[in-house]
Amino acid sequence: MSLIVAENVKKDYRMGEVVVQAIRGVSFEIGPASFVSFIGPSGSGKTTLLNLIGCIDTPTSGTLSVAGTNIAELDRRRSAAFRGSNIGFIFQDFNLIPVLTARENIEYPLLMVTHISPKERRKRVADLLEAVGMKEQADKRPDQLSGGQKQRVAIARALVSEPKVVLADEPTANLDSKTAHSVIELMKAMRDKSRTTFIFSTHDQKLSDVVERLFTIEDGLLKA
Amino acid sequence: MLDLFKIAIRNLLRYSRRTILTASLIAIGVMFVLVFSAASGSFKSLMIGQITDSLMGHIQIHKKGYVSSLESLPLNLGLPHKTSVKIDEMLARSKEIEASSPRIKFGALFSNFVESTNIRLNGVYPDREFKTVPLLSSRISKGKKSIQKGEILIPALLERGMKVKIGDSIVVVATNKEGSVNGKQFVVAGVLDGITGPGGRDGYIHIDDAVELLRLPETEISEIVIRLKDFSRLNIVLNDITGQLQKTFQKDGKFPLEIHTWEDLSPFFNISLMIDIMTFFIKIMLVALVLISVLNVMIMAVYERIREIGTMAALGTPPSKILSLFMLEGLSLGVLGTVLGGVVGAVILWILNIAKITYNFGQSKGLVLSVSVDLTELAVISLIVILVSVIATLEPAFKASRMKPIEALRHV
Repeated sequence: MSLIVAENVKKDYRMGEVVVQAIRGVSFEIGPASFVSFIGPSGSGKTTLLNLIGCIDTPTSGTLSVAGTNIAELDRRRSAAFRGSNIGFIFQDFNLIPVLTARENIEYPLLMVTHISPKERRKRVADLLEAVGMKEQADKRPDQLSGGQKQRVAIARALVSEPKVVLADEPTANLDSKTAHSVIELMKAMRDKSRTTFIFSTHDQKLSDVVERLFTIEDGLLKA
Repeated sequence: MLDLFKIAIRNLLRYSRRTILTASLIAIGVMFVLVFSAASGSFKSLMIGQITDSLMGHIQIHKKGYVSSLESLPLNLGLPHKTSVKIDEMLARSKEIEASSPRIKFGALFSNFVESTNIRLNGVYPDREFKTVPLLSSRISKGKKSIQKGEILIPALLERGMKVKIGDSIVVVATNKEGSVNGKQFVVAGVLDGITGPGGRDGYIHIDDAVELLRLPETEISEIVIRLKDFSRLNIVLNDITGQLQKTFQKDGKFPLEIHTWEDLSPFFNISLMIDIMTFFIKIMLVALVLISVLNVMIMAVYERIREIGTMAALGTPPSKILSLFMLEGLSLGVLGTVLGGVVGAVILWILNIAKITYNFGQSKGLVLSVSVDLTELAVISLIVILVSVIATLEPAFKASRMKPIEALRHV
């Protein structure tokens, strides 16, 4: 069974008087433990699509189900809870919480969203710090970390609640090519380890070369 | 909750300059209110104490019509002997009353055999008078702190003006209510410092001498002064006494007595009321100060962290927790300011106490300003400030919690 099923999903935005059709009817399926990317020029609708899958936006029409849940049916509170337990986010600008250390940033989703025992929580955080190679920097704040290090923390944070899907919007856009490469490698290794589906949006060639499946999107439509 | 608190505190520390500035602003407000209300409260209670404890007592009973012609000390508006005895018995039974003292008040001519002037006199039972207005003895600056028959306590102004000394013989001449004049010789036993307020420059003699001087067939009392055990129960006791007296003395719907508290009789009560109103307005200003400064900071905090709020929301943080996070920030800011202001205020009050600042109020000289931190007052101020901080945070925090993650994340 597919993890994500999109059927004729459309998304319109109203920009003042003008209605912009960001997604003009796309259908696709993505299975578990996938490593896939949406690729396309800026403005093509790939971020919008990722936001829809990530439950922070709702489609104008069509159905989109993630992990068996029709996301259009979730209200604000339930969609927050759904994101917390099913979806991990990796952002282009890392978006770590600046007042928390690397360790606390990774721990954050476990404290705010899900409820697990402190012992289990500490173990998971320690394991992930180790896995992303940030054990030494665990007590540093984001402003003391390099871009690559921040993205490693962000990857760990996205995985800590053991979500079914990790969405990464241009995760390498703000990194130099060497760092980007190692971050991609890390994500792939994490996918192999955790069996979590990784979905990217990118126009980075390095990233599109390593994914297992590429959805090309242009003007809000998927190209075969 | 603890983790939210940790984040809230760290966010306050992150903008440390702004936090310190706002907290100081709140602290200054709290400090001012604290010092002002302590100083004014101390002044007020000292003055009230002076007036009630050395002069007026807490409650006074007169014959109806006496108070309106108080200035002329009318002798024809006295309480008949029978009435005053009945009242005395009734007051003696009450558990609320510490002491009471009947007085005969009259105006007289005071002569040192060379020149003469007018004097207002109280004829009192010395023991009862000293019990009812215990500070009276502290006003006696020279001579002995008691009155025997044939002795007189004179106000300091008269001592200076008439150049009389302790032990000197003087003559008091008074007109009685029938219009005949009588004189009596007294020995100056003590000198009284004047205080502000009606009766603050009166002299004192023994009540028996007053009866003799005025040739009264029986003791006719001008006023009965009452001191309560618990001053804070003033109005309760007033109602109680009034009720009892009405039951005893009211006939055909006519009540021959009038009962007043010191508040009705002393002009200082209005000053004290004004002080209370001023304190109230200063508190309102504090509330405005806290409201504006906290609101300002929290609006800024939310605006600056829109993307952060978006991230938190995207990660699945429930709106209620985002709300709590900002509420805790506002709350902590309020608490910080309150604690800071409370400590600084307490230190200032402590210094004021050590400095023993003295001031004069009318006739009363060298009053020591003894300020103290009123714990109830401190609690009330703290509560107000913290509550207002929370209220000020409500709108920005609510806005943050309602933010759509997609819009918040897109915010630059």
